[in-house]
Order: sequence, then structure tokens, then C-alpha cells
Amino acid sequence: MQRQKVLVLYLANSALDSPVVAWAVYDGTGSTRTMAGDQDEPPFATGLAALKAGWRLFQAAQILPHTRGQEFELSYLKYEFFFEQLVEIDA
Amino acid sequence: MSGLPLLSAEQMASFVARGFLRFDAVVPDEINQQFMDAIGEIAPAVPGQKLRRTYGEILARADIPQVGAGKPLSGTYPQGSAINRLLNLPLVAGAIRSLVGEAPVFDHHFLHVTFPPAYHEGGESVSQHTHQDSTIDPRQAFDLQIMYYPHKVTRPMGGTRFVPGTHLRKVSEVALGRYQNIRGQQHMVCEAGTLLFLHSGIWHGGGVNLSDETRTMFKVRINPSRTQVRQFDLETLKPQTEQRPIFYLKGPLPPSVEQTLMTPESWFEQDTGRLEFVNRIQLWRYLTDDPTYDADYWLTRLENNPAMA
Repeated sequence: MQRQKVLVLYLANSALDSPVVAWAVYDGTGSTRTMAGDQDEPPFATGLAALKAGWRLFQAAQILPHTRGQEFELSYLKYEFFFEQLVEIDA
Repeated sequence: MSGLPLLSAEQMASFVARGFLRFDAVVPDEINQQFMDAIGEIAPAVPGQKLRRTYGEILARADIPQVGAGKPLSGTYPQGSAINRLLNLPLVAGAIRSLVGEAPVFDHHFLHVTFPPAYHEGGESVSQHTHQDSTIDPRQAFDLQIMYYPHKVTRPMGGTRFVPGTHLRKVSEVALGRYQNIRGQQHMVCEAGTLLFLHSGIWHGGGVNLSDETRTMFKVRINPSRTQVRQFDLETLKPQTEQRPIFYLKGPLPPSVEQTLMTPESWFEQDTGRLEFVNRIQLWRYLTDDPTYDADYWLTRLENNPAMA
């Protein structure tokens, strides 16, 4: 039986080899319980480093044009990349 | 002049850039103890009792007033009460005056109690998702949130987590809860009597308490009612005579308001980090009532439109 582990990396720009500025891990195996504020250093220096460690990229944020008149409005982190690992667990 | 020890231009610039000012162990022990006495003893974990009920009992019993929103701050707390005394400490009164001006208004307060694992029977000890308080707030004006730590907070106790420099982002409360960790996040590990003054937009959350002691923090949100403009110590505001050199530098530049405003946070994205600088300059213009102010030429360049002249 397999369960999904999800790694979300927020990078400094749209390139996968740019530095990690924020991150999250959600572990569907239940073997670890991650949460907000539990790690002050990122698990990988870049998105590329996560690929090299075997994480599979399955979603990347689009690069969207800026809405006229709102060019300086900032809200959520922009360069979001979702990775997964499929982990075998005992039935 | 108010006679209060107002914040300096450098402190104000730091608040504009990073969204917080921290004052360690500035509340006298006597006030800290008075506040803890007002809360009363927190009962040990009761098997089978829901945490919500335990919390409700603490709030009901504490000698802290239930107050309607929108009243003058000056009349919110009884004379001689711990919070009244705290708000009247010169450092605190001067900082409030500097940040939200004269006649500030009470918005709300809350007693945040974070319980050790023993209280979470049948549930989980987890930290609070990172969020921005209230709701989407498009104003240039801002509210002030004072976080008061009446007792020592150790790292195992969790502490308030906050992310410097996030306050100028317009987000919708906990929509950002997905971000578990952000570079440069800080955890309020501190001595008793520490105060954290926060811009109302800062991203923050309560850290999980893995110790065997209850953690207590008291928060007061304060609105401006008159002007927030030029309320700090203007004698410390040096006139800007020219723009600093940018990019091609032969060495580090000396400390200045501009240096503070142009210092990035470690979580800044490369392109939007520049927009953060633009937004900091806009907030500084607002607080100093100087619509021509610029730092490192960011807005001068964008506002240079000869065809409109």
C-alpha cells in the first residue's frame, strides 16, 4: 500500500534552481507530524536539490501578468512548487 | 510636545521595514505579578474535560474587563489595574503615541493561553497556522497590536511565531496557512515583561507548547483615531539632502533611515522584494507626510514621466 508525502517549496523566483524562501511538508504515511513553525532551516536549498533527492514535481505556479493599477500590490508567495514521494507502508 | 519618550526616526523606519518593535523585559516584575494574579491559578488538566471548557473558565474568572470595541483606550482599563499601569509606562505610552497618534481607540483584547500536551486529551498538540489578523485590509493606515508576555517564555513553550517584513502584504487571514515555515521567522522566547509591538498586517501564529507549563500572552489591538502622521520624535529625523549611490558601491554605506528601509528580509523573493521596498517607501511617505521622499531612487524612477510634464 502506498501513501503520498507532499513537499511544498516556495522559491525566490520562477526557476527551480533558485533558493527556497518558505516550505511545508505534509506526510500522508502518518509517521511524522509536521506543523507551522517546526523548522527554521529549509529541507533543501533549492527546488533542484529536492529533485536530486528524488522528490517528483507535480505542480508549479504559473507566471501571471500583473493587473494594471495593482502592480505594487503584494499578497501570497508567488513561486510555489508541489513535490511528492510515494511511500510504501504496511497494510 | 507630548513629554513622552517618543520613538526615534530609526525605530520608526525599522517598524516600517519589518513591522515590529521588540522591548525585552521592560515591564516591571510587580506589574507582571499583578497581571498573573488577575488571571488566577490555571487548574491542572482534568481527564475527560474539553479544553474549550477549561479555557472558558479561565476567561470568565480572570480579572480582566469585557469591553466593547471602539471605546477610547484611555478609559478601557481600571486605574491601578496591571494593564492600565502597563499602558501608562512612559516607554509604552510613547510608543503608542508614535505609532497611532493621539486619542487611540481600543479595538479588542484577548488572553492567549497555550496549554501543554497533558491538556489535549484525545486531540493533538499543534501550533496555530500562520495568519494575518482581522481580514483583508487595504489601508495605508494601520492598527497597532501589543503582545505582552507576563512571564518567561522558553523555546519548548513555543512562543508567538512571526515573520518580519510580511506586514505590507494584503492577504485574507489564514489563507496563507499552507506556509508552514518561512525563512527568517522568529519565535518569541523572552523574559517576563517583554513587549512586542506589531503592525496589524504582520503574519504570525501561536507556537505549539511542548513544555509542562501553561503559556500566557495578552494582546491588545489599538486603532488610530486622529492622525498617525509625524507623531514620532521629529528631532531625530534628518533631512534628506540627496539620494544615496546605488548598485555600484565601493563599500558599505553608513546607517541611515534609507539603509533600514532598503534592508531585505531573508524570505524576500527576488522580484517582489523590490516591490516590498516600494511599499516601505510609500508607508514612510505617509508617516512623514513627505510625498517626495524616496530611498535608493525606486519611486523617483517610476514617477519620472517627462511626457506628462
